[in-house]
Formats: sequence, C-alpha cells, structure tokens
Amino acid sequence: MAKAKGDIVIDIERCKGCELCIEACPQDALEVSRQVNKKGYLYIVKVEDTCTGCESCALVCPEGGVTVYRVQNKKKTQVAQVKNITSDINITVKE
Amino acid sequence: MNEKTMLDDDHYENVIREESVCTSENLVYERPETLLDTPLHYCPGCGHGVVHRIIAEVVDELGIQEETIGVAPVGCAVFAYNYLNIDMSEAAHGRASAVATGIKRVLPEKYVFSYQGDGDLAAIGTGETIHTCNRGENLLIIFINNGIYGMTGGQMAPTTLPGMKSTTSPFGRDVKSMGAPLKITDLVAQLPGTYYVTRQSVHKPANVRKTKKAILKGFQFQKENKGTCFVEVVSNCPSNWKMTPLESNKFLEDQMLPFYPLGDLKNPERKEK
Ligand code: SF4
Ligand code: SF4
Ligand code: SF4
Repeated sequence: MAKAKGDIVIDIERCKGCELCIEACPQDALEVSRQVNKKGYLYIVKVEDTCTGCESCALVCPEGGVTVYRVQNKKKTQVAQVKNITSDINITVKE
Repeated sequence: MNEKTMLDDDHYENVIREESVCTSENLVYERPETLLDTPLHYCPGCGHGVVHRIIAEVVDELGIQEETIGVAPVGCAVFAYNYLNIDMSEAAHGRASAVATGIKRVLPEKYVFSYQGDGDLAAIGTGETIHTCNRGENLLIIFINNGIYGMTGGQMAPTTLPGMKSTTSPFGRDVKSMGAPLKITDLVAQLPGTYYVTRQSVHKPANVRKTKKAILKGFQFQKENKGTCFVEVVSNCPSNWKMTPLESNKFLEDQMLPFYPLGDLKNPERKEK
C-alpha cells in the first residue's frame, strides 16, 4: 500500500527549537536548521520528503507553529464525480 | 551546458508543481482560531503551550468562543488571557476555582473553566479546590501538574516527587520531613460533587489527542450540568527541572507517570456502558 503523501509548513518565527517535533516524527523528516530566527532560536526545517501528513509534529508543538497538509484520497473524489453524473441522468444504484 | 540547465530548471519546476500538496483542500491541521497570534512567553518545550492550543481547538470545535469564560491562575500561566481569544479573568493566587464559581453562578449558561498549575491549585488553593469540587460546581478545572513552582524559580511544590531536587529541596524531597507528594486528583475523585476526573499528559501525540478528548468531555458534561469536571495534565518544566525539553519528556515518562498514572479516575459514562 502506498504511503499517504503529506507536507508541513513550520512558522519559523514562532519556533523555539525545542525539538519535540523531531522526536515525534515517525518518518524522521525534520532537522534543526543551522540558522536562527529573529529571536535567536535554531528553528526546525523539513529535510526529508517522507512526510505522510500524520500531524504528530503539529500535535506536540507547544507554539502551535506547524500546519499540516495531506493529499486526500483520489479515489473518493472520483467516486463523487461518478455519483454526480449518475444523479444528472437520474440513475439510482441499488446497494 | 545551457540546454542542460534549462532542462534541469524545467524538471525542477515540474517536480515542484507535482509535489506541492500545500493547498487548502489538503489542509488537515492548522493553528486554531481561538489561539491568538501573540507569541507565547513559555520556555521552549513547555507543556503549557500545548494545553493552551488544545483548549483553543476544543472551543473552536464546539463553536463556543463567545460563550466561554476562562479564569487564569498565578504562576507561569498567569498571562493565559493574552493568548486565548475568549473572555478571561485573572484570580488571586489559588482562588481561580472560587472566582470561576462566582462567574458560573451569575452566568450559568456560559462555559466556565479554570486553568491552574500545581502550586496554585494544590498548595495555596487547596481549600478552594476541594470545596469547589465538593459543592459540585458546574465547571471544568484544568490542572497542569509539573511537580514544581515554575514561575518563581523552581521551588518544591506539593506535587514534587520523592527525592526530586528543587531549589528548596536541594538534596531531594525527603518524605519524612517534607511530606509525601499530594495526589490531589485522587483526592477530589473521592468527593461526591465531581463528575468526571481524569489524568492525562501531553508529551506524545497520542496523549495530546487523549487530553483533547478529555477537555472536550469536560465542556460537554458542563453543558449537561453534571458537576465538576477535573482534568489533570501531567506536564513538564524543562527550565526548572534543568533539562532539555526532550530529557524532560523522558523524565516525565520514567519518573512522573509511574507516580501519577494516566487514565480516568472517575467517569460514570464509562461504567454505564
Ligand atoms: S506530519 Fe508526520 S510525517 Fe510529516 S513531518 Fe510531521 S510528524 Fe513527520
Ligand atoms: S515542536 Fe514547534 S517549537 Fe518545538 S522545535 Fe518543533 S516547530 Fe519548533
Ligand atoms: S518555568 Fe517551567 S512551567 Fe514555566 S514556562 Fe518555563 S518550562 Fe514552563
């Protein structure tokens, strides 16, 4: 089964470099950057492209600085399209 | 050469276009609305931030931003009212549950919660806490237990573990002379006024989800006028435990949790099932 595909955006000015998200990430996608933000904290960056959008990093982040995206299941949208078409031409499908 | 870079550029662009999943329909988690943009003053890795965010998420989810009133404590979370976009009041040290009682009795249709640390709730405010719970006031008490006085510089709290070092117990807490840690959550669970009493933590993603559920239940029971709901969150204090955030979470898991085991101490809904 293919893994879910996700991505995150870290608000680096909010980040305090506590590294809890690194520990929480099951995909080891996060690392400490070599640069500091305006407040002088070493912020976190995503270094691997393995993110599944599992939300773990966002859940443990005390600063609420992580936004998570996950590719929604394509099949679902297709089914919805088919349904739309069938409803257009009024065919009811028995379950 | 030129052609190759152009190709590379093209390839790069394609990759970006294909892989960009940061679109609004793919959004699964974002900062809750009720959490204001103000940067938190808490130390890096402190559990307070997580609990604030959870409260904001729950308030957003229930859509009760206009109907929620919080009471902030004295302690590290003294500025909680700067972070949450709801009505909040400050209380004198330890008296948050008494102030919350007043607010709830005057405005019984509002959702009222107090947010208190262990020094506030279990030391200075023990009397208020116990009597609020005993009267069965319809409030939610959120209790952050990190086993130490954070704001004042790491003094021993009633909840400090046996043998744990603090600035006022430099050789470790000696149970003989200083008493054993006070498990106030177990204590209030005995009182008839409390309806739902639980102990959670926020050191792992799964625990964060559970804590969120507990706080959500607390608000729901309050709507049904069930009685006092008490949610303890075992948390960390990296600064005064003198650890990195990661070490503090490890200490929490290895030392705090065996003493303060997680789970529901009182949950009538569960028994009925
Ligand atoms: S969403 Fe999950 S996989 Fe992606 S970076 Fe965060 S913890 Fe790692
Ligand atoms: S958990 Fe949040 S504040 Fe801590 S390092 Fe990660 S992004 Fe930064
Ligand atoms: S002193 Fe401790 S409890 Fe207070 S903000 Fe810092 S880490 Fe958190």
